[in-house]
Amino acid sequence: MELRVNNLSCARGGVPVLAGVSFAVAAGQALILRGPNGAGKTTLLRTLAGLQPALAGEVSVGADDVALATHADGVKAALTVAENLGFWAAVHGQRDIAPAISAMNLTALQSRPAGQLSAGQRRRLGLARLLVTGRKVWLLDEPTVSLDAASVGLFVQVITTHLANGGLAVIATHIDLGLTAAQTLDLAPFKARLGALP
Amino acid sequence: MIALFLRDLRLAFRAGGGFGLALAFFLLVAVLVPLGVGPKAATLALIAPGILWVGAMLSCLLTLDRLFATDFEDGSLDLLATAPIPMEGVVLAKAAAHWVTTGLPLALLAPVLGILLQLPGPAFGWLTLSLLIGTPALSMIGAFGAALTVGIKRGGLLLSLLVLPLYVPTLIFGAEVVQRAGQGAPLQSPLLLLAGITAGALALLPFAAAMAIRVNLR
Repeated sequence: MELRVNNLSCARGGVPVLAGVSFAVAAGQALILRGPNGAGKTTLLRTLAGLQPALAGEVSVGADDVALATHADGVKAALTVAENLGFWAAVHGQRDIAPAISAMNLTALQSRPAGQLSAGQRRRLGLARLLVTGRKVWLLDEPTVSLDAASVGLFVQVITTHLANGGLAVIATHIDLGLTAAQTLDLAPFKARLGALP
Repeated sequence: MIALFLRDLRLAFRAGGGFGLALAFFLLVAVLVPLGVGPKAATLALIAPGILWVGAMLSCLLTLDRLFATDFEDGSLDLLATAPIPMEGVVLAKAAAHWVTTGLPLALLAPVLGILLQLPGPAFGWLTLSLLIGTPALSMIGAFGAALTVGIKRGGLLLSLLVLPLYVPTLIFGAEVVQRAGQGAPLQSPLLLLAGITAGALALLPFAAAMAIRVNLR
């Protein structure tokens, strides 16, 4: 499994945001996306996930291989933590949610309605969902927002395990996660010039 | 798909899910009409089929605006779009859950309200049957409307404007079935047309709705 992106251009709301992005991430590696607000990190991740078509260029993995974690966690307030996770596991044809629950330290919160969770706990639930998708390519959009230091450490461990098992990750983040097998890509130079509208 | 269907059922029955809202609204409409029209049995019997069908239609509309909107707001729709279920399957599962929590209970409650409205005796069975056949089309057409308006904040009103005209054929033939049943007239043709609309909606609209959602997610 390798994620290879070749000369990709993507748009948000019809306006080109990024042009000529190329990179390759091998199995076991992570790519950290950097760039100021509005640089196109989210747009790039959504394009990689197949939610919006690319203006030009190729992506080597299909939408069936990627698991996306966006700003919104896809958590239903009326369902408990275990029910939320169980639903996403069932959607992805998985059964066992216990490893995901323990990996993100949610054991004590299992039967709590998700609406009563704090922002950080909610985020942990959203990230635990990645583990029940069983997918190899993780696309993470600022995964550490509202997490405390201990939870960030926990999450870095989860990513490290995922990478060690042959997975790969593309992570948009502003903080230093301390991942060893990571390359960094700054998106600022790929900004699409508005004059170059197709 | 089954997991999504069951999740939507569960959400509908939980606090704030909206189950019962449509039923209560239907009940209120049926109770208010005799108050406005007057208690004359002959008048009520004449308008009962139409009132019951319009009431069921409006009740169906009540919970439609949250069909995709809540999933859009909390990010679930993005995640469902990348899940192994095709978007058409997502639409069908959600429309089915909507029908089970609104259309089905409405059809079962309707005969009780028929008593309030002096519905003629022979029409009771046909009222339930026509609602059972017709309401899936209401849910499916509604899902299409909800898919079109999913990206719009407070799109409920626009949704009603879009969907209500599309409900007209179902309303006409559904009410006609009940009307004819009350008069003892042959009702095969409106019943078949009603079933035809439902079959057509179920066959075509999942694709249209899925396309609308994909465009709205971009």
